[in-house]
Amino acid sequence: MRLIAEFKRRLFRWQSDGTAPLRLGQRRIFILPTRAGLLFAAALLAMLTGAINYNLALGHALVFLLAGLALVGMVHAFRNLYGLSIAPGRCLPVFAGDSALFPLQLSSDRATPRLALELRAADEAVEVRCSVAAQGLTEAAVPVAATRRGWLELPRTRLATTYPLGLFVAWSYLQPAMRCLVYPQPLATPLPPPQPATHSGDQRGDGGQEDFSGFRERQPADSPRHVAWKASARDGGQRPLLVKQFAGGAQHELQLDWSLTPEGAAPEARLSILAGWVLAADDSGACYGLRLPGHEIEPGSGDAHRHRCLEALALFPA
Amino acid sequence: MSTRPTEALDHGAAPWLFAAALATTLPHVEHQPPWLSALATLLFAWSGWLWWRNGRLPGRWVLAALVAVACGGVMVEFRTLFGRDAGVAMLVVFMAMKLLELRSRRDAVVVVTLGYFLLLTHYFYSQSIPTGLWLLGAMTLLTAALVRLHGGAASTPAATLRYAGLLTLQAVPFMLVLYLLFPRVSGPLWGLPQDAHSGRSGLSDLMAPGNIANLALSGEIAFRVRFTATVPPRDRLYWRGPVLEAYDGKTWRQQTSRPRPPQIEALSPTLAYETTLEPHQQRWLLALDAPGTLPADLALESTLTATSRVPIVQRQRFSLTAALDYRFNPDEERPVLSRNLLLPPAANPRTRALAESWRQEESSPERLVQKALTLFSGAGFTYTLQPPLLGEHPVDDFLFVTQRGFCEHYASAFVVLMRAAGVPARVVTGYQGGEANPVDGFVVVRQSDAHAWAEVWLAGRGWTRVDPTAAVSPSRVESGIAAAMPAGEPLPALIQLRSDWLRTLHFRWEAINNAWNQYVLGYNPQRQRELLTRLGLPDADWRKLAAALAIACGGLLLAVTAWALYQRPRRDPAARLWQKALRRLARSQVNSPPWETPLALARRLEDEHPALAPAVRELAEAYLQARYGGIPDDLTRLRAALARLP
Repeated sequence: MRLIAEFKRRLFRWQSDGTAPLRLGQRRIFILPTRAGLLFAAALLAMLTGAINYNLALGHALVFLLAGLALVGMVHAFRNLYGLSIAPGRCLPVFAGDSALFPLQLSSDRATPRLALELRAADEAVEVRCSVAAQGLTEAAVPVAATRRGWLELPRTRLATTYPLGLFVAWSYLQPAMRCLVYPQPLATPLPPPQPATHSGDQRGDGGQEDFSGFRERQPADSPRHVAWKASARDGGQRPLLVKQFAGGAQHELQLDWSLTPEGAAPEARLSILAGWVLAADDSGACYGLRLPGHEIEPGSGDAHRHRCLEALALFPA
Repeated sequence: MSTRPTEALDHGAAPWLFAAALATTLPHVEHQPPWLSALATLLFAWSGWLWWRNGRLPGRWVLAALVAVACGGVMVEFRTLFGRDAGVAMLVVFMAMKLLELRSRRDAVVVVTLGYFLLLTHYFYSQSIPTGLWLLGAMTLLTAALVRLHGGAASTPAATLRYAGLLTLQAVPFMLVLYLLFPRVSGPLWGLPQDAHSGRSGLSDLMAPGNIANLALSGEIAFRVRFTATVPPRDRLYWRGPVLEAYDGKTWRQQTSRPRPPQIEALSPTLAYETTLEPHQQRWLLALDAPGTLPADLALESTLTATSRVPIVQRQRFSLTAALDYRFNPDEERPVLSRNLLLPPAANPRTRALAESWRQEESSPERLVQKALTLFSGAGFTYTLQPPLLGEHPVDDFLFVTQRGFCEHYASAFVVLMRAAGVPARVVTGYQGGEANPVDGFVVVRQSDAHAWAEVWLAGRGWTRVDPTAAVSPSRVESGIAAAMPAGEPLPALIQLRSDWLRTLHFRWEAINNAWNQYVLGYNPQRQRELLTRLGLPDADWRKLAAALAIACGGLLLAVTAWALYQRPRRDPAARLWQKALRRLARSQVNSPPWETPLALARRLEDEHPALAPAVRELAEAYLQARYGGIPDDLTRLRAALARLP
């Protein structure tokens, strides 16, 4: 098996393509007949025998025309890939157990469209089909099952096409340097009880969600849930959106601590519990902090904070 | 590495398959039993209906039952499931059936492959130009179905057809190269089924009243001849078929006899010609009287009929020679002569009595022949395609009652008279005349030129041709049947063409067909050798051919690949001019980075290069107007600005 893998690696020149856009040249496009192509060849052989046996001049011509058609179809399948530019896009983090999507931007400068392109990552069952319009650009997201937390590299991806005739498949291996952050799979468990604020006194105690205390202008970090839509609508959308402000949250600041998770559970399970807590805390709009062995994140809220917490969980050394 | 078999077929692809299936099976209606066409139509309609209503396709058992019914029907009709016609019928049934099973893309691919296969079967029945064109169209449609299958809905109908056309067009050079260079094998590889060749008309090996008259109504071509020198006059063109010696009072038949090579003494220079015979399922060649030395695979019978060893089942070319004046078997064997005096004792008593009376008056056979011809040319006898029915004694009835007949009546009556008068005589069937096509110089002989004449044996002169029809209707042998027939008689439409431009058109069409037959369909191992010799590859064996073929195909493949690789991105003409301007500016040491807009460049130059600035500003504005100004392709201002640049 290792010999075969080594052979394939050399034959197909498997190597990382880096982060730069790449253009498919003839050296990295491979062609083989499909099963339909083999069926077609068998049919041609039978037809040729029939044409010879019955001495059918036009039968000969038909067989030869079809043979020419297959050859031309082979070149056209190759042409469907040749010159295609592929640029890696940005992947959004996913949770373990979900499917990570690696967006690739396919662009073509040809005056004819390229149809029926299939992208499939190695060892994946799911493929994505797309086509690129004439001188167009298409983004195709290659799905890869995210099984483990941490960084997920895009495995070697096969870009294949059988268009136009399906008698030959032309394919190329892509290996752009792309990685996707996989958060731990969240486990829904009740949130730990709120703890008294670690540093009291100087904080005015806003940012909670108990008692309404007024409006302020929305900042990008604010959750859309807290936008005061009614108040904002009153001025007809002339001014920036307003956000309801609550007082009294300071006392209920959450500390999501590694030590609060069950002692005996496996480290991965504890990370999952913490991830579930982060999601639940974020959902409730609370102000929360995360404390891991050797790593601590100050309390806060908002999408960026949530990402920071989940990232810390994802990259927590096993 | 392959199309996934489970991939469901998309709804919009099915009409392409229906159309392709229809195009490949429709022409078979002509030679299929009607019940089969009806069954296929029903299946087509059913699958179309199911597609329209998005209905559930029938289950496995329904299909199995249908297959059983169809197989049974074919078995009853053809007595076999194999062989040519039965095989074609089965293919048509399978095609219609497969449409009821269109679930996945693999099913669809099977339909298309089956369609390609069905195309071939049409050539069993016809290889004419219209068939070729129809099948080229059907092939393109099948290819379009494949393109649509793999391209999905993004492949619009017009684009699909265009793409299929492009693919077909690019495949044509491969076809030509392969057609010319692929090592040709002649003849069947194994025994052909019984029904491999059937249903072609022509002379038969017996003559009863009405036989030839039936043929005369057909405008079909029997054979085409090209003379190397000038074409002899029409009334000398007697193409000999079977010679009939045995008579039972009604029907003339061939007499089998000990083969003895005929003795021919040519009295005029021999002329060479090449004849292309349409298949007629018989062994005789219809050589021009009297044939000279024959090629090795042909033989001359003792009656001077040239024959091939095997029946002529497909169009075939022969190079032959002939001497128009000849002496044939002056020392004929006694048994042959006596056999040619036999008459059934009870038949035609009045004719025999007449001949007996002539015999009392005349002793010289030549005079007897003359007497009979004078009888026919006299008043009362008419040449017609619609003779009245004859009774118990047909020759008596014809000679003394109806006096209306076609060539077979005259030939038959003449031979009976001669035999009764003691002159050895026999009936010769074949074709007489032929029409020279002014377009390509080929002489075309049709079924309507079928003819029967007589041969008498005269001491010292041997077997001598006598054509009693010529005595009744000289124009029959001089200008053909159309001129000889009284107005109002039914004749094949082709022969009746009187209008000049129609005739010209007809000649042209036949010349095209003939060229198609001779050069396209008639391309055989021998022609291939000739072509290769002309191409500088004398006596090429299959190895040389394969090498030539590989080189030619490789070259073509390279050409197509080069076309595929050559793809310059289409650039806006205004952008192209702007790039040109930038290149020119670079020569004046002005470089513009890719992100700099034209106006920004112009602004920058106002400080850096005041001398250049106005020209560049004008250029930038002209460029922006040409590219984004809303008037497409108006490049005059930009061109002028470019010209003003130093």
